[in-house]
Amino acid sequence: MSRSINVALIGNPNTGKTSLFNRLTGLNQKVGNYPGITVEKKEGLCKLDRGLKAHILDLPGTYSLNTSSLDESVVVETLLNKNSKDFPDVAVVISDIENLKRNLLLFTQIKDLEIPAILVINMADRMQRKAITLDIELMEKELNTRVVLVSARKNQGINALKEAISQYKTLKTEPCVNSSVIDPEYFSRLSKVYPNQQLYKLWLVITQDVNFGKVDRGRDYEKLKSSNFSVKSEEDLKKLQHKETVVRYQFINGLLKKVLHVDTVHAKDLRSKLDRILLHKVWGYLIFFFVLLLIFQAIYDWSEYPMDWIDQAFASLSQITAESLPDGPFTSLIAEGIIPGLGGIVIFIPQIAFLFLFIALLEESGYMSRVVFLMDHIMKKFGLSGKSVVPLISGTACAIPAVMATRNIEDWKERLITILVVPFTTCSARLPVYLIIIALVIPDQDIWWFFDLKALTLMLLYLLGFAAAIVSAWVLNKILPIKRKSFFVMEMPAYKLPMFKNVLITVIEKTKSFVLGAGKIIMAISIVLWILASYGVGDKFNNAESIVKEQYAGQDVEDKIIEQKIASHKLEHSFIGYIGKAIEPAVRPLGYDWKIGIAIVSSFAAREVFVGTLATIYSVENIKDEDKMNETIKNRMRAEVNPILGGPLFTFASGISLILFYAFAMQCMSTLAIVKRETNSWKWPAIQFTAMTIIAYFAALGAFQILK
Amino acid sequence: MEKTIAHLKRGEIAIIKSFSETDVPLKLLEMGCLPGNLVTMMQSAPFQDPIYLNINGTHLAIRRETARKINVDPYV
Repeated sequence: MSRSINVALIGNPNTGKTSLFNRLTGLNQKVGNYPGITVEKKEGLCKLDRGLKAHILDLPGTYSLNTSSLDESVVVETLLNKNSKDFPDVAVVISDIENLKRNLLLFTQIKDLEIPAILVINMADRMQRKAITLDIELMEKELNTRVVLVSARKNQGINALKEAISQYKTLKTEPCVNSSVIDPEYFSRLSKVYPNQQLYKLWLVITQDVNFGKVDRGRDYEKLKSSNFSVKSEEDLKKLQHKETVVRYQFINGLLKKVLHVDTVHAKDLRSKLDRILLHKVWGYLIFFFVLLLIFQAIYDWSEYPMDWIDQAFASLSQITAESLPDGPFTSLIAEGIIPGLGGIVIFIPQIAFLFLFIALLEESGYMSRVVFLMDHIMKKFGLSGKSVVPLISGTACAIPAVMATRNIEDWKERLITILVVPFTTCSARLPVYLIIIALVIPDQDIWWFFDLKALTLMLLYLLGFAAAIVSAWVLNKILPIKRKSFFVMEMPAYKLPMFKNVLITVIEKTKSFVLGAGKIIMAISIVLWILASYGVGDKFNNAESIVKEQYAGQDVEDKIIEQKIASHKLEHSFIGYIGKAIEPAVRPLGYDWKIGIAIVSSFAAREVFVGTLATIYSVENIKDEDKMNETIKNRMRAEVNPILGGPLFTFASGISLILFYAFAMQCMSTLAIVKRETNSWKWPAIQFTAMTIIAYFAALGAFQILK
Repeated sequence: MEKTIAHLKRGEIAIIKSFSETDVPLKLLEMGCLPGNLVTMMQSAPFQDPIYLNINGTHLAIRRETARKINVDPYV
């Protein structure tokens, strides 16, 4: 029988933790969430020798155990809670050879919790180039632990690490820094009150609230809080934390003086050369602009081909299903409800994958931090932080991870504003709406030699999203009565060539979770819509056939057209028809008919539902017409006629109006839920929803009335 | 007037002496910004803010307003 042990992978950001995790687990990993919170939980399995299996938990990157964010507090929670099923048998602390000093701060803290810990020094392949020598043996002795040199990038030292993990029982657990020296009297009092508790653990529990205090830490913690022991003021505790950091660095400096030698004369540096160009006051911004342009070109142009195939494939799948299964409500549910709805989500995959690919490349290479650095000053003027750039860019994929990515913004006001404006950025759920409408109303034309007018329109829409976000940030900064501390600290990591495997795994994981998450909502809505569109009450619905036949009696009309008219008549008098007619007065000034009205209303669950909804409505309408069955949704929309004005429904005016509505409206329940969670109140999502919807309605109204 | 990190010129090295405010964020200390450590001014962003430092081997960016709170001694 195989035994399994828990291994926690811990380390500073930018130490190659993810690369090491990928090396240890391969594709044998899964990503989920910690219960009750939105922090990503990455786990994987790794086979060790002698039938031993390691269950590896990749904890969020943190600089220390003094938490100041939700991500960091997950690390502390895991290490403090001995009863949790995730509590590690051994902690693998990863550091990087060039930042050893800073990385060791976290290591000494973990060691002081008396958890068996292995120190991994990554990027060992850079030692020679950087002219670094390290006395491993002495280091192991001084730190009382195992030290393993690896290069996750070059796949070196991984077996030695696995070996060290499987011998975890031989690891010593003595602490290396005595933290009680920062206030001996206080600590001795503490140990008298809690004789059975480990002192450093108590200290961590007491101080967690100083910088951060939103997460439930279990019964032990509540007991400690209610015992009223914490007689020190927050101010004093903060001072002690500063003192503790100084004590730890004294220990680390002493250690590194003995074991680490750097021959600076022989060290070569790529960083300063690249920084000179990428952070240049002209070239820096120009390069950033071209990087953005490239991303949009990829999303629009390159992903068009796979998207066309997917569109066609689903249309024919629908047709084949309808033809090969026996007639009946079940078949129509599949052919008219589920398959078109599913197609509406699968078609996103190429674009989402491209977006995540570029974001992963920017993050992995170290370029993203340079963008933050370049943009901070400008963003600050609008009440944002340079770090808001990352959420705003990843908001182009999806607002949900973007809202979560605001966690590393130190200042609460800057963070709140970022959260509130991020949903304006053009997320991938808006893309299919934009793409299909651009295809309908913007002419095919090349501008310059490379970009076509449609791609340029799309780029403009992205810029519009950013502009809306920035302008509303500026307004919020003026009206929100919160004091800004204007505090900003960011590590500038070394430049790295992105690792293909890391990027690939990120793209696959993110795309998968997006499609599955959104897919569930879309499926549910598609089924509900199909039911509403296929059933109705009253004479007009039940006797549709005789009513229409009567209308055309005596006229020379093809059977086919009559059947289509019957289907339209039925749809108009189905449940959904009545709902649509009820809201039509509200959307008519914007240039829409009741079918688009339905699509907009269902889009408030999630924007990506729009295309799926129209697909469902139109296919219910056209199902009897076999020639039309395999037509793509685009062609069906083109054929729609404006009920009042006559002529095509999708004109330049109504198209632009629809695009603007989607650009500004807050149509995503999941984002609202995340905003509620991150701001800890319903107040902010409610304000966000109301304000965005009002802006959207009037922008669309204005556009249609001016352009028509 | 006390010399602070904000006064450093590009490429200039100094020794961190003290903080002029007690409310310096812990994160800064954890990143190695402690009295006694060396600080090198790498470069300023366009518009002079934020600034890019090498403190104790760690490369980090902070805003000028924070830099003004960190006093330094000249390094010889």
